[in-house]
Amino acid sequence: MEQGKVQRHTISVLVDNEAGVLARVIGLFSGRGYNIESLTVAEVDNQAHFSRITVVTSGTPMIIEQIKNQLRRLVPVHRVTDLTLDGPSLERELVLVKVHGSGEKRVESLRIADIFRARVVDSTIESFVFEMTGSTEKLNAFINLMQPLGLVEVSRTGVVAIARGAEAI
Amino acid sequence: MASEPILGAEIIVKALIDQGVEVIFGYPGGAVLPLYDALFKQNQIKHILVRHEQAAVHAAEGYARSTGKVGVVLVTSGPGATNAVTGLTDALMDSIPIVCLTGQVPTHLIGNDAFQEADTTGITRPCTKHNYLVKSVDDLSRTIHEAFHVTRSGRPGPVVVDLPKDVQQTSGTYTNHAGERHRSYNPPVKPDRQQVEAAIALMAGAKKPLFYIGGGVVNSGPAATQLLVDFIRLTGFPCTQTLMGLGAFPGSDPLSLGMLGMHGMYEANWAMHDCDVMINIGARFDDRVTGKVSAFAPNSKKIHVDIDPSSINKNVRVDVPVVGDVGHVVEEMMRIWKARQIRPDAKALSAWWEQINKWRGRDCLKYKQDGEIIKPQYALERLYAAMKDRDYYITTEVGQHQMWAAQFLKFEKPQHWMTSGGLGTMGYGLPAATGVQVAHPDSLVIDVAGEASIMMNIQELSTLVQYRLPVKVFILNNRWMGMVRQWQELLHGGRYSESYSDALPDFVKLADAFGAHGLRATKTSELDGIIKQMIDIKGPVIVDVAVDEKENCFPMIPSGAAHNEMLLGPEDQSAKPISEEGMVLV
Repeated sequence: MEQGKVQRHTISVLVDNEAGVLARVIGLFSGRGYNIESLTVAEVDNQAHFSRITVVTSGTPMIIEQIKNQLRRLVPVHRVTDLTLDGPSLERELVLVKVHGSGEKRVESLRIADIFRARVVDSTIESFVFEMTGSTEKLNAFINLMQPLGLVEVSRTGVVAIARGAEAI
Repeated sequence: MASEPILGAEIIVKALIDQGVEVIFGYPGGAVLPLYDALFKQNQIKHILVRHEQAAVHAAEGYARSTGKVGVVLVTSGPGATNAVTGLTDALMDSIPIVCLTGQVPTHLIGNDAFQEADTTGITRPCTKHNYLVKSVDDLSRTIHEAFHVTRSGRPGPVVVDLPKDVQQTSGTYTNHAGERHRSYNPPVKPDRQQVEAAIALMAGAKKPLFYIGGGVVNSGPAATQLLVDFIRLTGFPCTQTLMGLGAFPGSDPLSLGMLGMHGMYEANWAMHDCDVMINIGARFDDRVTGKVSAFAPNSKKIHVDIDPSSINKNVRVDVPVVGDVGHVVEEMMRIWKARQIRPDAKALSAWWEQINKWRGRDCLKYKQDGEIIKPQYALERLYAAMKDRDYYITTEVGQHQMWAAQFLKFEKPQHWMTSGGLGTMGYGLPAATGVQVAHPDSLVIDVAGEASIMMNIQELSTLVQYRLPVKVFILNNRWMGMVRQWQELLHGGRYSESYSDALPDFVKLADAFGAHGLRATKTSELDGIIKQMIDIKGPVIVDVAVDEKENCFPMIPSGAAHNEMLLGPEDQSAKPISEEGMVLV
C-alpha cells in the first residue's frame, strides 16, 4: 500500500531525556522498516530535561505520515514536527575532515577550504583538520573535493534543523 | 499524601491496592522475593500461582478482556521475564491492558551478567506499549501509577515495570499519584467535530453501506458498545465483525452478517467487496480481513474511527478518518443523525438487503454430517445448543478450531469471547480461561481447543485444580495441526510436513493425573450426553472429542485473493490456483 513518490523529510522529535528513549525511537524505525538517513540527539533544555532528536528519513507520503504517528505514540515523546512540510526551515551539519599530504596538494586543500569557509582546527607539517558547517550538499561537495587531495578521515554530526521565523515548537 | 517510610515492595503493593487491583497472576523467584513477602503480609490482593510465566500473562489477558479491568502479572527476573515475552506480544497485538511487574537483579549488578539477569527493558521494548526500569525507590510510586495510566488510556497495551531487588528492599515514602495528568502521554478521546459531520454526510447518502466493527469497540467498554448497537439499529445498516469484535454487536441480530475475513462469512465478505460506504469502527484493516489490498472494497468510500492515529492510513487509505474513543464518536454521530433527522435512501437500502440475503442464501457454513464420525462443526453446534441459554465465556487456542468457534458460536454481548487474534498464539486459551474463571467464578467458561494447541500450556491444568476453577476444555481432536495441514493440502501439494500430532497423550488419563475430570466422545451419538456431563461436573473438565481428521475450514479466502474470490467448500477448490504472490503470504 505504498502510494506516491519517495521523499526526504526532516523530522524533529522533542523527548524526555531519559534512559532508553533513543533506543525506543531507533527501535521503532528498524522494527517497522523505516529508513534513517541521519540522526542527531542532544539535550536542549537541562531544566525540563528535554532532548531533541532530528531524524532525516525518506518514504512515500503515507509512510512519512505513519512515521510521525508512530513517533507520537511513544510515551516520552512530547512533540513531533515535520520541518520539511511545516514551512521553511534551516538545516545544518558539521563536519571534521582530516587531510594528509604535502606540497601542492596541501596548498590546494587549504585554498579550497578557504573557498568553502572551512576553518583549520588542527595542523601538523603534513596534515590539516578542517571544520566546516553547512548543508548536507555543501559538506558532500567539500568532502568530494578533498578526496584526491589526501582525505584520510571524516566525522560528521548529521543534520540538525530548525524552522525559520519567530514561532517555536 | 506522603506517609511514613516503608519498604519499596510495600510501596508497590500499596500502589496496586490504590489502583483497585484485586488479583495478580504470577510466579515467584529470587528477584521478587521481597514483593512476595509484602503480598504475604496483606489480604486485599489475591495471588494466582500459574505454572509458567507465559500463562500468567495470558491469564491476566483473559481477566482483563472479560472485565475491562487492567490485568496484573508478577514474575521474576531473567527466565521469568523472558517467558512472559510471548504473552506481552500477544497483549500488544490485541490491545489488552496489562501491567507486568518483573523482578530484576540489584542495581549494582545490572550489566554484570548476574544470575538470572536479562535486559528486560531491552527485550520487552518492542513488545510493550511502554516499559520502565525503576532505579530508585523515590520513583516507585509515580512509576507504578503511571504504568496503569499508560496501559489503559488511548489504545491499551501491556506495560512492563522492571524492579531491581534492592529497590524493593529500600525504604521510601509512598505517594498516591492515581489520576494525575501525564506530562507527555494524554491521548485525546474526543473526535474532531467536522470529521464526524463528514462521516455522517457520507453515511446519509449511502446506497450500500456496511459497518465493519472490531476489538476497539469492545475496549471502549460495555456502555460504548451498547451505544454503537443502538446507533447501528437506528441506521438499519448491515454490520460485520472482526474476529476481535465478535460480541460487539449481537450475533443473532438480523443486521449482523457475522465475522468477515479469511474464514469469514460469504455474505460479510461479499458485502465488504461491494459496499459503497464502509464505516470501520475500532478495527485496523488487518491482512486477515482485507485479503488482497488492491482489490479490497474497490468502490467504497471509507470512514475509519480509531483511537490510535497510527492505525489510520496504515494498510488502507481512508476517506474520512475520525480519531477518538468509540463511545465519544458514536455519541456525536447519534446526536447529529437524530438532529438532522437523517433518513437513508430506503429503496437503495432494501435493494442492498435483498442482495445480502441472496448471499446469505448460499449458506456458507453448511457441511455434511453423515455417519458416526463427528464433524468438528457439528460438535460446536451441539456445544452451542447446550450452552446458549447460560452465562458463558469462550476462549480458544489457535487454528481450525478457533475459526470454527468464531463461525459456529454466537456472542450477544462484548467481553465474552477471548481469542488470540493478532499474534495467533497457540496455548493462549487454557491460561486465558483461567483468568476469565477467576473473574467470573460462577459462569460457564469453556476453552475450545485443538489437540496440538492444548499441549502448549497443558501445565495450567494444575492451576485450575489448585484454585478449583471449573474451566471446561473442549478439545476438537483431529490428530493434526489442522490449519497447517489444511494449508499444506491447498498450497503444498498435500505434503504433510511435520503436521501430524503423533504420540498424543490419553487426554482422559491426563485429566485424571492432574486431578481433573476427563471425558471422551468418539461418535455423534455420544456427543450430547458428554457435553451435558461436562457442564454438570462442578470442577475442571477436559473433553476429548474425536473429530473427522480430514475436515477443512471453509469458507476461505485463499491468500492473495480478493473478497469476491472466496472458496465455499472442498468442491470449490480448483477454481483458481494460488498466485506466486499469495504463496509468500502467511
